Amino acid sequence: MRYATTLRIGPVGFRIGSDWRSPVDQLRDLYRDYPQPSDGIVDFNVRLFAARPWRRFVRPSVMIGGDFTIPDAAPLPLAQGLLAAEMGMNLQMALAQRRYLLLHASAVERDGRALLMTGESGAGKSTLAALLMTRGWRLMGDEFALLDPASGQIHAFPRLVSLKNEAITVMERAAPDGRFGPLLAGTPKGDIRHLVPDAAAIAAMDRPATPALLLFPTYGQASDVRVVEPAETFVRLTQASTNYVAMGERGFDALTGLVARLPVRAIDYPDTDTALALVERLWGEVA
Amino acid sequence: MSALWLAMALEDPSTYDMLDADGWNAVIAAARAEQLIGSLAVRLEGLTIPAARIMADARASAEQGRVAALWEAEAARRALAPLGVPIVLLKGTAFVAAGLDAGRGRSIGDLDILVPREHLDAVEAALLAAGWEWVKPDPYDDAYYRRWMHELPPLIHRERDRMIDVHHTILPPTARPTPDAGALIADAVALENGLFVLSNEDMVIHAAAHLFADGDLQGGLRNLWDIDRLVREFVERDAGFLASLTQRAAMHDLSGAVARALRLARRIYGTPGGGEPVASDALFARRLLARDGWGRLRHKGTEFGFYVRSHWLRMPPAMLARHLWTKFRKK
Repeated sequence: MRYATTLRIGPVGFRIGSDWRSPVDQLRDLYRDYPQPSDGIVDFNVRLFAARPWRRFVRPSVMIGGDFTIPDAAPLPLAQGLLAAEMGMNLQMALAQRRYLLLHASAVERDGRALLMTGESGAGKSTLAALLMTRGWRLMGDEFALLDPASGQIHAFPRLVSLKNEAITVMERAAPDGRFGPLLAGTPKGDIRHLVPDAAAIAAMDRPATPALLLFPTYGQASDVRVVEPAETFVRLTQASTNYVAMGERGFDALTGLVARLPVRAIDYPDTDTALALVERLWGEVA
Repeated sequence: MSALWLAMALEDPSTYDMLDADGWNAVIAAARAEQLIGSLAVRLEGLTIPAARIMADARASAEQGRVAALWEAEAARRALAPLGVPIVLLKGTAFVAAGLDAGRGRSIGDLDILVPREHLDAVEAALLAAGWEWVKPDPYDDAYYRRWMHELPPLIHRERDRMIDVHHTILPPTARPTPDAGALIADAVALENGLFVLSNEDMVIHAAAHLFADGDLQGGLRNLWDIDRLVREFVERDAGFLASLTQRAAMHDLSGAVARALRLARRIYGTPGGGEPVASDALFARRLLARDGWGRLRHKGTEFGFYVRSHWLRMPPAMLARHLWTKFRKK
């Protein structure tokens, strides 16, 4: 490919190739403090390419490819090339990660113990994890938590935090010294702006943590806390995992092992301050 | 280049000493694109290499694929057992069910089975009753499959989301060679669970027919690797295998495809057997080895040429014209 860069996020090495310079330049800048893939060997390739040769120049639109692809992924305008790269990396993980059980969850760590948050899109798992990062927690990731079937530990995958719509202003205020990517307006998911995880998150990305608490947050309701039973948690996590079926017995064992020993709460919150207070309280009480 | 390195390493894993990190990344990308990463990982097992973690993942993934493929075969066996019809497993599922080298690390997608043509309707009805559904809702495609193809329109299981291809022979009836479907089933070998696999010779012949008398060679490097593994294992068991293979190929009207397969397997993987190269082999090798360092296909012209060839092989000219016209009008 014409332009390319490599980087490592947690245990996963990526090589991203592009027909255009700008997405690669943006990745190099935002991921500049990240390490290189172990031994130079990448786990996954992502390719950003023009559907036809002339579409590099005329109304350039970015097709997302890689080692693993889905049949009808829609292209993005070149101005959203960074988003295309991020989506390409997520797609490789979602389709082909087989070393870890992939939980669609954000994760933060304190004292070697991990707090996981998962829920529907819009539940606020990314925003809450990013806010906790500004309050002394170590960010392990805002999208995927990697459960190691061998050890039961959670491995970090601290990619760029993907902030959507209102969450952008929330984080610009909460992290005034944070490094942000360009504002990507009018993407298929609304406005998106990426936030680089802080130095502590990057420095500790190779350190796994023991899962200690799982929360299912829901935004927009009066403050409430509900115990979630293991059977419900198990079913919800199978739905929140992209590779549960593909992992077979290893995935089943890892997930039942996790669910059997983990305290789980569903929390409703009307605003982020309430949510953060709930998180700190529950962490002190049950984690 | 990367597909050539991949082929070299499959044949002789010690060639990997030459690879640097970029070389590894290129080979891994090509192996994934050709669905040979599991086979490669099996070949490299036990070697101290920088890509060890990726190869370990690929082996675990292939092992899970093997378990799922055997389970899918068992599901079909249960659905079809009451019919009392011989069910012959084909391709990857057959290799793992029979415990063959060709099954080690192989990626397996759909379940392919062969049944006697006169029982096709009963088999289809039994599968539909057991939870399989049609994939192709288009009436032209459906009618085309039923009239002109060697298999039913693909069915998918509504709960397990796995496809089954039910064949009644190994080439479309419109293709020029006409394999002896009765002999394929008559000489099939029973497994312990009551399912069958093709005889050793027919297994190789089917792989060769699929590769060179049908299709556009997409995924051909893997099919050729199947042929390499099968031939090596069968030759080791029976020194007369190549002679009986040649004889059997003639009976199925597939001498050309099998000879081509053996020549190319020898050229690319060093497989035993195979006669003197002929000029057009180079073009086939170019198509089979067309992957760049990102796993992308190169030589678009060659690729298109083989696409045209695949249609030419599959249909007489007037029928091809009618088919393309129908497809064109539907766009």
